[in-house]
Amino acid sequence: MLSIDALEKLASQVRRDIVRMVNGVSSGHPGGPLGCADFLVALYFKIMKPDLLKFSIDGVGEDLFFLSNGHLSALWYSVLARYGYFDVKELTTFRKLGSRLQGHPATAEGLPGVRMSSGSLGQGLSVAIGASIAKKMNNDDHLVYCLMGDGELQEGQNWEAAMFAAGKKVDNLIAVVDCNGQQIDGPNERVLPLGDLQAKFLSFGWNVISMYGNDMTEVVETLKKAQWYTGQGQPVMILMTTHMGYGVDFMLDNHEWHGIFPNDEQTKSALEQLEETVGDY
Amino acid sequence: MTEYKNLGSKDTRSGFGEALLEVGRQNPNVVALCADLTGSMKMDAFAHEFPARFIQVGIAEANMMGIAAGLTIGGKIPYTGTFANFSTGRVYDQIRQSIAYANKNVKICASHAGLTLGEDGATHQILEDLGLMKMLPNMTVINPCDFNQTKAATLAIANHPGPVYLRFGRPKWPNFTSPEQPFIIGKALMLSEGSDVSIFATGHLVWTALQACKVLEEQGIHAEIIDVHTIKPLDEEAILASVIKTGCVVTAEEHMRNGGLGDSIAQLLALKHPAPMEMVAVNDHFGESGKPEDLLKKFGLDVPDIVAAALKAMART
Repeated sequence: MLSIDALEKLASQVRRDIVRMVNGVSSGHPGGPLGCADFLVALYFKIMKPDLLKFSIDGVGEDLFFLSNGHLSALWYSVLARYGYFDVKELTTFRKLGSRLQGHPATAEGLPGVRMSSGSLGQGLSVAIGASIAKKMNNDDHLVYCLMGDGELQEGQNWEAAMFAAGKKVDNLIAVVDCNGQQIDGPNERVLPLGDLQAKFLSFGWNVISMYGNDMTEVVETLKKAQWYTGQGQPVMILMTTHMGYGVDFMLDNHEWHGIFPNDEQTKSALEQLEETVGDY
Repeated sequence: MTEYKNLGSKDTRSGFGEALLEVGRQNPNVVALCADLTGSMKMDAFAHEFPARFIQVGIAEANMMGIAAGLTIGGKIPYTGTFANFSTGRVYDQIRQSIAYANKNVKICASHAGLTLGEDGATHQILEDLGLMKMLPNMTVINPCDFNQTKAATLAIANHPGPVYLRFGRPKWPNFTSPEQPFIIGKALMLSEGSDVSIFATGHLVWTALQACKVLEEQGIHAEIIDVHTIKPLDEEAILASVIKTGCVVTAEEHMRNGGLGDSIAQLLALKHPAPMEMVAVNDHFGESGKPEDLLKKFGLDVPDIVAAALKAMART
């Protein structure tokens, strides 16, 4: 069992990967991935602990994770590689011609760990619901997780999905919204206020819990609590407060780092702030 | 020419409904989803016999497509059911990203396609759906011509891995193909051999083309009638063989000229065997309310229109 300290060290390495990947190809999205690194490391290494040998597109007999906000691809690829789905050296191919590490996650190139393409926002929750229903039909008691962005909730399909999951008691599903308050054009509050998300999901019939997503202890404990809430007739929603760009001072809480790459000098400064723990790729 | 008898008019959507029940009995992985149109889609029998495998999603087609894609991750074979307009145009990006690009085994089953939807009018009469779907890589596009063929196609797609768009319609329509027909995806069906003009038709207009064939025969013209039920992949071999024989072409479909069967065949012929060609299709125009037969007349998709197109194509050789 990995300790909180070991998970934090992994998250630091993942953050280094994200910065180096985005810098390496002069394109991509560093802000969201840095904010969600603690969550995704905890989910894979402490909560789901998937069996690498069992990976299949069908995902029968396994917990499943869907990344609805596909622009967090650098984070997901780093976690998948660090977990062992593929060689970490492959992270150098991120977003380059012929790579399995497409700009947004895809299945066509056969990257292990990825079961659905995403990037066009608002679709992941519906897909996760479908996978959850398939698990119930197959008497498979594993869980389905889905990460979404807060800005992404402006897409109407999420609310169709939210109504369905509660109305049809999809209770083997844990959805997580990355509430970093930022989107491409600025803070949510300025672009389109999301209102009271907790009240909204509660009124839709979800079991809603909150967590601070940049504290490993809290992330692990909350995910365990969320697991405990499954199987009780309601889908589970974690509203996860994070800081966009967490770990790199000049990116912190700054929407401008949603989708731009750090230059070499900025990358050097960022890497000085992020401890190399298990070795750069 | 080969004569075909109407075995009794039936709606193609009922062929879908009957086959859905049958395929549900054959394959426990088949599941069905519907967006509040169970009766119109003739999905009641499946829903009644397999309540645990039937998912009513409500009026939320985008969510339905996503759920269908997710169900394949678990080995299910989802058949989605709603009208053609809501099966394609309304949910194009959901299909594009979560089904076609991800190459998921979803069967998108769409009724009430085209003008023959009738009185509901242009909001519901989609004439662009074949084009939208055929442009997507990985997507197979099928438009059967009658009740029996829709039934056969509904059964066949369960065994065809990958995304499929299956298009059918609302009105009772002559049912003339064999109830025992094997349905081979991608293989056009020779209905009547001829030597003077090739008429490639799809969907409801296959029957119309057979009536046109009779009229042409009375004028001493031997038309070849081929049912192109699979728009994609196109049976290039059968189409080229016929055009090489006859030297001129007519296409007939209940669809927009842009993006339809005619558009696919024109592209094939331009690249491989240019020949005089006429298209019987709706030309850059929305539909309107009316009775199906009146609409087909008004929009130029009736027997005389196919006859005139054949004569025109022949005159250009």
